[in-house]
Amino acid sequence: MSVAKVSSAMPAVLAVSQLCKSYGALKAVNNLSFNVQAGQCFGLLGPNGAGKTTTLEMLEGIIKPDSGQIFYHGEIASRQHFQQLGVQFQQTALQDFLTVEETLRMFAAFYPEPADIQELIRLCDLGDFLTQDHKKLSGGQRQRLLLALALVNQPQILFLDEPTTGLDPHARRNFWTLIKQIKQQGRTIILTTHYMDEAEQLCDDLIIVDKGQIIAQGSPQALLREHFEGALLQLPDPGFIPLLPDGHHASIQTDQLCIQTPDVQQSIQALLQQQVPLQGLLVKSATLDDLFLKLTGHALSGANSEAE
Amino acid sequence: MMFSFRRFIAVLKARNLEFWRDRAALGWNLLFPFLLVAGFAFVFSGEPKAEYKVGVLQQSAALDRAQHPLLTTRFVEFVPYQSEALARQRLAHHQIDLVLDLTAKRYVVNPDSAKGYLVEKILLQQWPGATREEVTGQAIRYVDFVLPGILGMNMMFSCLFGVGYVLVRYRKNSVLKRLQATPLTALEFVGAQVVSRLAIVLAIAGVVFVSCQQLFGLMMLGSYLLLLLVAALGALSMIALALLIASRLQSEELTGGLLNLTSWPMMILSGVWFSLEGAPDAVQWFAQLFPLTHLVSAARAVMLDGAGFAEISVQLSVMATMSLIFLAMAAALFRWAGDGR
Repeated sequence: MSVAKVSSAMPAVLAVSQLCKSYGALKAVNNLSFNVQAGQCFGLLGPNGAGKTTTLEMLEGIIKPDSGQIFYHGEIASRQHFQQLGVQFQQTALQDFLTVEETLRMFAAFYPEPADIQELIRLCDLGDFLTQDHKKLSGGQRQRLLLALALVNQPQILFLDEPTTGLDPHARRNFWTLIKQIKQQGRTIILTTHYMDEAEQLCDDLIIVDKGQIIAQGSPQALLREHFEGALLQLPDPGFIPLLPDGHHASIQTDQLCIQTPDVQQSIQALLQQQVPLQGLLVKSATLDDLFLKLTGHALSGANSEAE
Repeated sequence: MMFSFRRFIAVLKARNLEFWRDRAALGWNLLFPFLLVAGFAFVFSGEPKAEYKVGVLQQSAALDRAQHPLLTTRFVEFVPYQSEALARQRLAHHQIDLVLDLTAKRYVVNPDSAKGYLVEKILLQQWPGATREEVTGQAIRYVDFVLPGILGMNMMFSCLFGVGYVLVRYRKNSVLKRLQATPLTALEFVGAQVVSRLAIVLAIAGVVFVSCQQLFGLMMLGSYLLLLLVAALGALSMIALALLIASRLQSEELTGGLLNLTSWPMMILSGVWFSLEGAPDAVQWFAQLFPLTHLVSAARAVMLDGAGFAEISVQLSVMATMSLIFLAMAAALFRWAGDGR
């Protein structure tokens, strides 16, 4: 296959241009464009059904886009590029009746220059269950094995599709530590998640996707700075929206009165003057979940649609 | 992309381990054909059924009963034979009871056959003066006849379901999707499935064959090497058929239905249980479409008639051609999980 150069000056590791994919009438991915720089952890954040997995699988060469282009290091994506990627799917089954070590060695045999298996075992902490049937692993152990398989070809770009979904909080934090270690090795990580804390912890840059479209793009801190000022007040819906000083934004969202305020003290005084009960008052900094709520009107965790 | 033996061997090893460690499936694969053969040996261990089968030498394939009053005799089945050598062979093996040559007014009988003795008495009453000839040979018991059929049938189930069903399961539970994300090619993956199943099927057939030979003292007149070639080509053609059926299906239920749709007519019409000689022309023609028909007839020819390579070259060619056609179609239609590469 011929490889076309598109840019000469410091191309992004991955560049996506006007990517589209439909399933019947449903536009799963609708005109996505973004760039990923080398060494970044790049996040695709969105609810279930936002089109994250479809996007990732197009980038991995598993499914064909309807239109749009994908470039790796400035070259049109080809089979050659796809084979150099590290891939951890959201749902993966492995061949039955194989131990952890046998599975690792089978995948290592697929690549001309595989990673050192012992090094992978150490990095992903697989040593305690190497001879165990992979079907008998716990959720966290299984995700670490799948991550090791994704790293077996020493990829410079690693795709992780919702890697901590279904894990307990302890296992999730362990997995985050592991991802940070991998990032320190200089690899580029592209991660999908619907956990905003995960994105805040891991991502240098991210896009927030809803219904196949990008609704916000930037680093988590920049996005929060851009959309939120001061703090957020939340209290049970009093039945009306109180009058607040200039610079305040109030709205009712899912039985809660939400006030974005530049001055917490001033807000509370205004509420007391209007005899709004303060029981259940919560003062917090804005999160990506709040940002998503602000941008779409529905929460990250509660949204669903037909295709992922 | 170049074929890599390293990747091929890695998948082959994994598939063999998977089969070997699935002890329940392995046990059933060994036990099932053995139980069938043992059951049939027991059921048919008594005296043969009291019905008479007489071969009639003639030019045409269809029997014309009007040509001689003998052919209207009740309770005797008349089967036309165009080749006298074949008819004599069947007679020697007690598969038919007498051979008539109506134009030359002669008949051939096996003096060791009780049924031959009786049918001779019946026919001579209506056909005095006919010349008598004799052939002798070892009787073929039903167990000798049915074993190649049962082994072939077991191979068919193992090939169709062991490859077709497993492939669709891999596709459905995303094993194929994960493998698609590696440099493994479809040829390496499918080739490993073919070789793995071929080795498994031949090993199991070998174990069952040797066990049955020890227990029942089976008739084996031909070459073991030739029988192995017949089994290998038969298994390959049925594995290729399974690959074709499973080349892009995603539903295990539909696959199960299609595999049953393929296997049941083969089981009934491929001559596993009874000889197709004497069956209606349409059935015999239809049966030629099945790889199992050619496998069973070639295996029987080697085992019971001592046939050599030349005598079964037609069956071998048909099985080889079927394998090539099915494999080529399966390769063209094969789909991993997605359409991206």
